[in-house]
Amino acid sequence: MAEIILERAPATLELAFVSGFLALSVGIALGVFTAIRRNGWAANFIMSASLIGVSLPTFLIGILLIYVFGVQLRWLPTFGRGDVVDLGWWTTGFLTESGLKSLILPSITLGLFQMTLIMRLVRSEMLEVLRQDYIRFARARGLSAKAVNFRHALKNTMIPVITVTGLQLGAIIAFAIITETVFQWPGVGLLFINAVQFVDIPVMAAYLMLISVMFVLINLIVDILYVWVDPRLRIDGRHA
Amino acid sequence: MTDLPDSTRAPVVTPEPTQLSRWKTAWDSDIAYSFRRSPVAMIAALVTLLLILSAVFAPLIATTNPFDPASLNLMNGFSPPGEPNAFTGETFIMGTDDQGRDVFSTILYGMRISLFVGFMAVVFAMVLGVTLGLIAGYIGGWIDSLIMRVADIQLTFPSILVALLIFGIARGIIPIEHRDQMAIWVLIIAIGLSDWVQFARVVRGATLVEKNKEYVQAARLIGRKPGSIMLRHILPNVLSPVLVIATISLALAIIAEATLSFLGVGAPPTQPSLGTLIRIGQDFLFSGEWWILFFPAVTLLALALSVNLLGDWLRDALNPRLR
Repeated sequence: MAEIILERAPATLELAFVSGFLALSVGIALGVFTAIRRNGWAANFIMSASLIGVSLPTFLIGILLIYVFGVQLRWLPTFGRGDVVDLGWWTTGFLTESGLKSLILPSITLGLFQMTLIMRLVRSEMLEVLRQDYIRFARARGLSAKAVNFRHALKNTMIPVITVTGLQLGAIIAFAIITETVFQWPGVGLLFINAVQFVDIPVMAAYLMLISVMFVLINLIVDILYVWVDPRLRIDGRHA
Repeated sequence: MTDLPDSTRAPVVTPEPTQLSRWKTAWDSDIAYSFRRSPVAMIAALVTLLLILSAVFAPLIATTNPFDPASLNLMNGFSPPGEPNAFTGETFIMGTDDQGRDVFSTILYGMRISLFVGFMAVVFAMVLGVTLGLIAGYIGGWIDSLIMRVADIQLTFPSILVALLIFGIARGIIPIEHRDQMAIWVLIIAIGLSDWVQFARVVRGATLVEKNKEYVQAARLIGRKPGSIMLRHILPNVLSPVLVIATISLALAIIAEATLSFLGVGAPPTQPSLGTLIRIGQDFLFSGEWWILFFPAVTLLALALSVNLLGDWLRDALNPRLR
């Protein structure tokens, strides 16, 4: 049982990692952008688009991408992982061209929902922070807009963002079930869905164990990141 | 009562008919005002209402009954939308699928299943969540800790995963010959159980605030039982956030149902929901029959988006801080 799961885990983990990275980087960038240019047309457009992104079920995004880039344009593969390189205990799609190409559509599909979520969160936190006195003071000191926005404001929006991202990483692994079904991605999610259909209790239990371990790990990393981001926690961490 | 001269007596006011004044109060209320000021909310409400009505009256609107095999004509298969079929000459506004089923009619019937499951799941989640939230908030102690720890544990798992698990377990318990009949109810319970935590947390929080207010103390003083205090005194005062969560939950439940059905673990093919239709349509996407997928997908999107927008507006309208 562990063997089947471990054999398929790299596919899911690589997918989750890439889409998590995508969601975080693009989400934060767009969030900061929409907060700074609050009334610009581009920011308004992104905000309205994000509402559609929240309502669009993951599988529809996947089908749409398959249709546009796979069926119509024929740029990218629509199913599977492509060629993988076997590293003994880990198979990776990062090292071959077809592997990387196959990663693009599934990771966008998986990351889009999380991206809109992170974007909206960063935006609302940024707007809150930008109103505060120390930002006005930093501007009055004549610091450049870049320094104010990124060194002073963004840093202070990070705590809630990390909390939510940690929880969302778990969600990414769960949503991977849907993405893997749409793209026939040979990961644990597809295994789990088949297990549910055929009422294969041992596989379901093993999958759950794996997910629980991941959640605990993610929460541990989140706790460590708190201390790294917020110096206040380092000083009286013993009491916290 | 003292005797007053005629001139100082208040003039007799003829009361308006209650029906009319109720309308007027509703029209003048804050919510109605903000509704009239928000074009987005009005459009969303209109679309939602239209979709719900067309689902309810599906048998009257639908041109064919897609589940009556006698009404199907295999020759009509794969008719493109709006064009007459090459063999029979019949025209279908949204085309037909591989078996000659009218896509428009299947969508109407599919929406019935989607909406039914969505509504029932939210009602189930709401009743469960509100009850547990009231008990946790009002009684407190170890019952509170127990309920809230269970809620915390469930909150760490994404709801779609919880629903999948419950569905998997239920499939294991129910004997194979009843599976398709029970599938809809299993779906409702699975989605409902994965969604009660939001209700419980909000209601518990509001109950903790309300239970120390004077009217609750007064009710306790005159010897009201805890059950009736919770139901008749606290509950009406914690309902407005519940309404917001219920609306947003409805959008989530519809999407969750579509997702589960799309994954093949939801509504059975004999009772297809929008998600099942999309799953079936996906098979024909590669061969160019895009309409079998496209129209159910657009319907699902319109439904989810308009309910979501309504929920967003309701949240802002009921939030006193934003006024």
